[in-house]
Amino acid sequence: MLKNRHIQGWLQASPLTLILIGFLILPIITIVVVSFWQATEFSIIPAFTLENYEFLFGSPVTYKVFFATFKYAAITWALTLAIGFTVAYYLAFHIKNQTTQIALFLLCTIPFWTSNIIRMISWIPFLGRNGIANSMLQSWGVIDQPLEWLLYSDFSVILAFVHLYTLFMVVPIFNTMTRIDHSLIEAARDNGASGFQTLTHVILPLTKPGIMIGTIFVLTLVMGDFITVRFMSGSQKANVGRLISNDISLLQYPSAAATAVILLITVLIVIGILLRFVDIRKEL
Amino acid sequence: MSKMRYSRRAVLKGGAAAVAASALPAPMVWAQEIKDITLRQFGTGVSNLNDVANKVKEDLGFTLEMTALDSDSVTQRAATQPDSFDIADIEYWICKKVWPTGNLQAMDTSKIANYDKIVGIFRSGKLTPESTIAQGTAPHSVGFVDGPGGTSFADEETGWMTLIPTIYNADTLGIRPDLIGRPIESWTELLNPEFKGKASILDISSIGIMDMAMVCEAMGEIQYGDKGNMTREEIDKTMAIFTEAKKNGQFRAFWKTFDESVNLMASGEVVIQSMWSPAITAVKSRGIDCVYQPLKEGYRSWGGGIGLSSSLSGMALDAAYEYINWYLSGWVGGYLMRQGYYSAVPETSKDFMTENEWGYWFEGKPATDVITSPTGDVLAQAGDTRDGGSFYDRMGAVACWNAVMDENQYMVRKWNEFIAS
Repeated sequence: MLKNRHIQGWLQASPLTLILIGFLILPIITIVVVSFWQATEFSIIPAFTLENYEFLFGSPVTYKVFFATFKYAAITWALTLAIGFTVAYYLAFHIKNQTTQIALFLLCTIPFWTSNIIRMISWIPFLGRNGIANSMLQSWGVIDQPLEWLLYSDFSVILAFVHLYTLFMVVPIFNTMTRIDHSLIEAARDNGASGFQTLTHVILPLTKPGIMIGTIFVLTLVMGDFITVRFMSGSQKANVGRLISNDISLLQYPSAAATAVILLITVLIVIGILLRFVDIRKEL
Repeated sequence: MSKMRYSRRAVLKGGAAAVAASALPAPMVWAQEIKDITLRQFGTGVSNLNDVANKVKEDLGFTLEMTALDSDSVTQRAATQPDSFDIADIEYWICKKVWPTGNLQAMDTSKIANYDKIVGIFRSGKLTPESTIAQGTAPHSVGFVDGPGGTSFADEETGWMTLIPTIYNADTLGIRPDLIGRPIESWTELLNPEFKGKASILDISSIGIMDMAMVCEAMGEIQYGDKGNMTREEIDKTMAIFTEAKKNGQFRAFWKTFDESVNLMASGEVVIQSMWSPAITAVKSRGIDCVYQPLKEGYRSWGGGIGLSSSLSGMALDAAYEYINWYLSGWVGGYLMRQGYYSAVPETSKDFMTENEWGYWFEGKPATDVITSPTGDVLAQAGDTRDGGSFYDRMGAVACWNAVMDENQYMVRKWNEFIAS
């Protein structure tokens, strides 16, 4: 009987297992294998070599680019967290009517019904030298010369990231906040806690899992991105994703695979560290 | 009533096909089955035009499916996905990369009706008998192989062609004369601090490095043995000059696609940049002044051609030859020349252009009437002359052909560093 249940369990788990093996494990193994191969301009030679990794670790550009990737990720994370937390807090605690709450929440998602690329590219005419932002500031007399750093700079890259990914922070935080028992907040108030104390001692610890899920979303999305960096920096800046995409477009698959492996390991380490702080499973 | 109309149209169509058939001297395969043939062509946006596919259907009866990609993706697909296409519309330097993979088959020039009329650049390498051959991957140097199965390129005409030339042009810098306000004569102006934050180059390494080399050579900083085949040292020096310029904020952005280059120029973000001819046209058609500036050091030139997939055979292969012969017979040439490109067999294109158009585009004469693009946009007024002049003035001043270097892999890595720096 027990054995029978065992088999049943395996059978129930097998579709997912097969899908994961086929579409996750095997591709990753392939990437790892290819990263040790040699390549010429037009062909890949399946011969073991460490050259790709040697070049990767031997080039100062790699460190610079990884640093830039972390920089984008950290700044974007901080901004999306601040905005996302505020929005979620407002929705969860200030809007009492559930219908309004849902309506406003849906409102947040409206921009996400359009394509990612469109939302990003629409910033370009807005921020350009003769764009709306600059001509507005000039007509107000705030500036005499157009601000060059508005577009094709780290500023525009991070702006686009924040715009694109804040929702990924709002959703999980909002989700955990709505499940906070309101009697806990009342209890805090009854015990004489100020609004700020309630926020830091009650709400913040209880929303940690939401924050963590949002963080994982944002970090992985930003660290794996290449198209936002390319468009918003006018190809002037690079992150790891761009390094990989450049390699691929120039048919340097093994080199791209090696970079991808290192990026994967880096992201896994980051997530590993994050999960040390919060046990998402326990808290969910 | 409607049925009658239909049949009348069908008769007209048949008539047109018959006229086309008798006009083309090549062996015909006008079997009914040809209608079922679909040839899949892919290439860069410049020549992958839906108008061409429609005209093929009309004149030849079979279906041509077009896919437009950027240069890098084209190379990638030609090299790695041989079964995904029948006809590859690629540039000659891409051919150098792709041919060794064996994904393309050589073409028998005896089956090409207008072979003898193809411009000398693609056969002997010389535009006129007196011309010198420019640096880089000159088309004739990768245009022929020894035989049907040849894997290495031949030095002279062998009767087996790798690509049938279709379209080519001489590239230079595009400028916004209204925002610059003074004559531009040299490639060095790209790095002139006067244009700090207003310059751009293209982020396609194999072409970008050439533009860089034109600039460095014009500045007198580097003497190249062959700009199309640099040594590691030359690559390092070139990149060093441009990396420094980049760090000083010389460049506003780099562009990778056609529309990016148009937007950069049209919005005034950039006033001087590497550019392609139709991009200039696109900027002009928005009513913005833009010049394809001839420079004293000469042009960086490129050429494209169509190659046949090695998996093509039988009826489909016949159809492909049919297509090539049609391509060189003039209609496409006229269409492309009215966009500012050149056709491989200019004389057949002449019949498909007006006297005024031929004079303006090919002979460099002042236009006698308004010049419009094939899609009807006004490109020039009566009295205007083409930037750079006639065909022989422009193609005769080519300093370098787009190329792929022996040190390509090294260059690519350096390019990646340049972008990341």
